[in-house]
Amino acid sequence: MPTATLTADRSRKRPFWTMERRDSLVGYLFIAPQLVGIVLFVLIPLGLVVWYSLHEWNVLAGTFRFVGDANYQKLAADPALGEVLGATAIFSAGLVVFNLSLALLLAILVNQKLRGITVFRTIFFSPVVVSLVAWTIVWGFLLQAHGGINGVLQLIGITGPNWLRSPPTAMASVIVVQVFKNVGLNMVLFLAALQGVPRELYEAARVDGASRFTQFHAITVPLISPTILLTMIITIVGSLQVFAQIAVLTQGGPGMSTTVLVYYLYQQAFQFHRFGYGATISILLFLIVAVLTFAQWQMRKRIVFYEN
Amino acid sequence: MKTDLTPGGLSPRARVALYGLLCVLAVPFVFPTWWMVTSSVKPISDIFAFPPELIPSRFDWSTYSEVFRLQPFAQQYWNSCYIAAIVTAGTMAVSSMAGYAFARIRFPGANLIFMVVLLGLLIPSEVTIVPLFQMFLKWGLVNTHWPLILVPIFGAPSVFATFVMRQFFIALPVELEEAARVDGLSRFGIFWQIALPLAKPALAAVAIFTFLHSWNLYLEPIVFLTTPANFTLPQALTQYVDVYQGPMWNTQLAAATLTALPVLVVFIFAQRQFIEGLAHTGLKG
Repeated sequence: MPTATLTADRSRKRPFWTMERRDSLVGYLFIAPQLVGIVLFVLIPLGLVVWYSLHEWNVLAGTFRFVGDANYQKLAADPALGEVLGATAIFSAGLVVFNLSLALLLAILVNQKLRGITVFRTIFFSPVVVSLVAWTIVWGFLLQAHGGINGVLQLIGITGPNWLRSPPTAMASVIVVQVFKNVGLNMVLFLAALQGVPRELYEAARVDGASRFTQFHAITVPLISPTILLTMIITIVGSLQVFAQIAVLTQGGPGMSTTVLVYYLYQQAFQFHRFGYGATISILLFLIVAVLTFAQWQMRKRIVFYEN
Repeated sequence: MKTDLTPGGLSPRARVALYGLLCVLAVPFVFPTWWMVTSSVKPISDIFAFPPELIPSRFDWSTYSEVFRLQPFAQQYWNSCYIAAIVTAGTMAVSSMAGYAFARIRFPGANLIFMVVLLGLLIPSEVTIVPLFQMFLKWGLVNTHWPLILVPIFGAPSVFATFVMRQFFIALPVELEEAARVDGLSRFGIFWQIALPLAKPALAAVAIFTFLHSWNLYLEPIVFLTTPANFTLPQALTQYVDVYQGPMWNTQLAAATLTALPVLVVFIFAQRQFIEGLAHTGLKG
């Protein structure tokens, strides 16, 4: 901007460091740590993942040679892939449905005007601050064949299954443990959204004779739909990253029934030292996250009725 | 009809039903922690006792000395604490500066750079774990804490924090900054003396999130760390196993109690700040 005269009153010579220039410099300095970090720890690794995926690389055998799309063909033909994707889909779908509906229910409950309601709010949120692995270990202990849960069931005459040793209950257990760990976070987001709904709308609806269900359906849901979408995205992307729970509770078993994509990636790369193949699985994971995120932002146009 | 019109007005019967429902729902949230603490002081013979002992009938405190005898648990505890502290402070610094710049300073290329940074939200760190391991191996930093410190502060995990800070700073009124400018404050002065003190709620939310994220990290430690003295808590907890790889339950639960309880106590005392801090920041989107 050669015509800038902002500093003209200070000195007759126009200094090089105009306010805009100084501002820009500060701006670049402020974002530099983050930008360098993203380049170094995200973009370059992402490029390397692609590069590795084109190589046959076994650390134990000391091999690293270019193989083109061989890893991708291997992945497509991998008999385990179907099972892994199936387990990932069941886990993510189960987690999102159970987590969001429970979170909404809890948010509605703790939004009631009741004495001592903040105690319950604290209780429902508390697992969020408990160390993830500690939480998982306790649940693993509770879910043993002779553990606390089956002990309680036996008191009322039910012989509980060996939860972590049969495929359907193992998957259900992993989902439930994860839901109770983190549902408090979504509850709090829903609670903030519920409190943002103007009370007059409910009063008007009540005057018009709308039932509680109609009020929920016609007022609450549309008004909190941006939060529903946000929590859905956070929860789905988070569900694809689940690792510690699987590693501690089931190690991907029984069989491969709880081997989700990240766990499979860890096994291939760091247990079997197949880094090239591991990188190929990483790309698949990246694509799934990217497609899901994109799809959900597209969905926003359809399901979100209101945005401030 | 009249009672119906008072908002949130509930009949006594509905009230009792609601309390009942809340109490039932609270069980899976409270019971695991209770069971963890009580089982950690039961002798091993009582741990799978039937009927289940809600309150231990016999106590065996030796589990707690076992925790420290079997592993350098104090060292591991320190590792987790200091890593989480550095990552939290570092993330607050990096994300508040970047968030402020993206929200309040106009500079060429800002939008493009913001899009690049946002890529970090799209790329879970699990995707890049293989090359990150190779990079740190090449730098001679495997089996050190550097990967667990540098990547969260500067890499993908801090992008969310930057986004939260940006959302907060965007909402600050322009007049505040203009007034400060007139008073002769530099851009850095405005950031440091005006914007940052106002951003305490957002910073608190970032701090809580970042601390918990670092405290819970599991995949990265087991990939990068190999010697027990370097382990962090989540990794250490899974190492209390007998020679057959079966878990030593009461010792493991004692270690889990030592890990979980301090944070839980802090949370209970500061729960309002925790919950409202998280709810009322940029998270609302």
